[in-house]
Amino acid sequence: MSRVTKLQRLAATVLAAGFLAFGQARADEQYFPLQSYRVGPYAAGGTGFFGGFIDYVNLINIRDGGVNGVKLTWNECETQYEVERGVECYKRQKSHPGVAAWNPLSVGIAYAMIDDITEDKVPLITINHGRTASTDGRVFPYVFPLLLNPYSETSGIVNFIAGKLGGADNLRGKKLVVLYHGSPYGKETIPIYELLSRKFGFSVRQIEVPHPGNEQQSQWLSIRRIKPDYVVLRGWGVMNPVALKTAVKTGFPVDHIIGNVWSNSEEDVRPAGAAAKGYIAITTQASGAQYPVLQEIVKTVYGAGKGNLQDKNRIGSVYHNLGIVNGILNVEALRIAQRKFGHHTLTGDQVRWGFENLRLDEARVAVLGAKGLFHSINVSCSNHEGDGRVTFQQWDGAKWNVISDWISPDWALLRPIIENAAQQYATEKGIRPRDCAAEQKS
Amino acid sequence: MSDVAISLSTGRRLAPPLGLGTTLVLAYGIVPLFGTEYLFDAILTPFLALSLAALGLNILAGYAGQISLGSSSFMAIGAYAAYNLMLRVPALPMLLDLVLAGAITAAGGFYLAVSTLAAQFFVPWVLNKFGWFSNNDPSGVISTPAPSIGPVVFDTSRGRYLFCLVVVTAALLLAWRLVGSRTGRNFIAIRDHETAARIVGIPVLRTKLIAFAASSFIIGIAGVLWAFAYLRTVEPNGFDLDRSFQILFIVILGGLASLRGAFLGAALMVTFPLLLARAGQAALGTVFDSGMLEMSQRILIGLLIIVFLIYEPAGLAALLDRLRFRSARA
Repeated sequence: MSRVTKLQRLAATVLAAGFLAFGQARADEQYFPLQSYRVGPYAAGGTGFFGGFIDYVNLINIRDGGVNGVKLTWNECETQYEVERGVECYKRQKSHPGVAAWNPLSVGIAYAMIDDITEDKVPLITINHGRTASTDGRVFPYVFPLLLNPYSETSGIVNFIAGKLGGADNLRGKKLVVLYHGSPYGKETIPIYELLSRKFGFSVRQIEVPHPGNEQQSQWLSIRRIKPDYVVLRGWGVMNPVALKTAVKTGFPVDHIIGNVWSNSEEDVRPAGAAAKGYIAITTQASGAQYPVLQEIVKTVYGAGKGNLQDKNRIGSVYHNLGIVNGILNVEALRIAQRKFGHHTLTGDQVRWGFENLRLDEARVAVLGAKGLFHSINVSCSNHEGDGRVTFQQWDGAKWNVISDWISPDWALLRPIIENAAQQYATEKGIRPRDCAAEQKS
Repeated sequence: MSDVAISLSTGRRLAPPLGLGTTLVLAYGIVPLFGTEYLFDAILTPFLALSLAALGLNILAGYAGQISLGSSSFMAIGAYAAYNLMLRVPALPMLLDLVLAGAITAAGGFYLAVSTLAAQFFVPWVLNKFGWFSNNDPSGVISTPAPSIGPVVFDTSRGRYLFCLVVVTAALLLAWRLVGSRTGRNFIAIRDHETAARIVGIPVLRTKLIAFAASSFIIGIAGVLWAFAYLRTVEPNGFDLDRSFQILFIVILGGLASLRGAFLGAALMVTFPLLLARAGQAALGTVFDSGMLEMSQRILIGLLIIVFLIYEPAGLAALLDRLRFRSARA
């Protein structure tokens, strides 16, 4: 019996503590619910990204006292990158007052939230990833795949290869292999590579690596037979270092492998050791800690002992900088929305307006201390991606070095495909697309 | 274990009349009136879906004594079957889709019986490899339509909960009838002594296959609930080996060969981590980051499982029985 009562007492304590878990937000606070993942197979990305986001929010709070006096708050809910945990976190965190925007950094979790956040009228940010069709803000008013969607990434990579070859005309007759992760994410760009190969006249072979990808001998032997000019690595997790090591073993030159945005971090190349030297990857934000905004974070936030990264060597790494850029975009959207709606806690819908008017040109980016960290963004009611530019970085064995200018993807070519997909979604769901021109006027 | 089997084989003491009645009144009458959106969407709906999956596995593992490590792949088959039936045969009513999805999963279970672990890897691979299953959606992640019965569409959190509840009640009734039937007794006979069962003339192979089919049928329906009522999206990665283990743990913690056990185990597996997470965040949120908290929770839950296995190997169902027995005597 005593065992049972002890159990009961424990349960009661746990319950009581659980119900006390929510403090009330005071006036003039804006809250960021963070569905982070610091545990599990994707923890490297999660700690870097959410660490960067929190570091930037801390900088704004410490240095500026918030955004125009509105203090920024957040709390974290661990998802382990699992969809159902993310959904539970969403339900738990949404009741907190003053939610500004959701930033799950997970396609699966984002998909599961689209209906709900649309009903709540709170923006959902999927920086550098997400559902490509959600670029069309007329059908997805609250979803923002900021900076880069998967189609733009594909186009950016092909444009970079064209530049390497001395112009788009030289793509004709060349051979490209895309090595993709065997998952919905990996397969998403198959039709776009086909489209671009027809447009530019190069041949493309797309080869799948089954999840998790720790054995790629046969794929690389095929690549050796095909003898492509370039290999695009559309990997995820352990698949990336294994690809690089196997490439070296089969004699493929590593500097002719181009990684996509989920194959571009330090964690993707370090495990490959010397094999990764010379590897090139796309990115929307340069790595390194030399940018003024990072210097301020080091001085103000880490100086005050409030830095979020446990390993200070990761300051300025790819995921950390992505988190900082994501912080900049969220905070600036808030600032822009405050200009219209006033310097107080805003509703999700008002923040959505801020994101739809998020225009940061190069001058503004420089003022924010991020010149060279990322290029610019130009979001509108109908374009929720915001024409992000990409750049390419090469791994020298110890760090990434930027090796290209800021390259524009071929947005005009991709737009009709995106609109078609969005239209299909609208028909399935019975959504009537918004009239952006009319909204602009009112 | 043997006393449990004896009480079960009579088929009478399966569901305690008073407890069941109270639970049903509570679930259908009281909870929908007072529940919050969080309670429905984050706790009760996944609880019901996982309970149903555990119920299905319990028929196989608890009653028939066959082990299966492929439960979540059968959930995936159910979810994708229901999605494709709705998409391609829109004339069918949702409830029929549900039953057909279960039947398709049952056929899968029938043929994949021995190779459940292989199914766990094979099924998600197939669903991912061939775009047809996800209607060639470029990202392969499907948005599901809201569940409906006839003209009634369950598109609120309360509605989805009620939909789950109706389906789970029906499946529970079915399972209850099954384990009380001659086939159900054959399951137990095979589990307890296969050779003896063969000698007394029980068709062993056929009975085992029936167990696989019945169990997969229920697990398939659980997969539909998980995808359509809870997550409202389907992606093959969501049905991985971890989920299969989760369902197996629910069965072990709740109590093998007990219909109630599936529900008790699921309640523990769904709510305990949540309560712990909240308590941890409230008490230590400023000291540790969420990663540390998560790790401590894992350790605690692991410990709990070990404690249960040592002190209460017959599971929560037996614990509850003893409690009731004692309070009745007192």
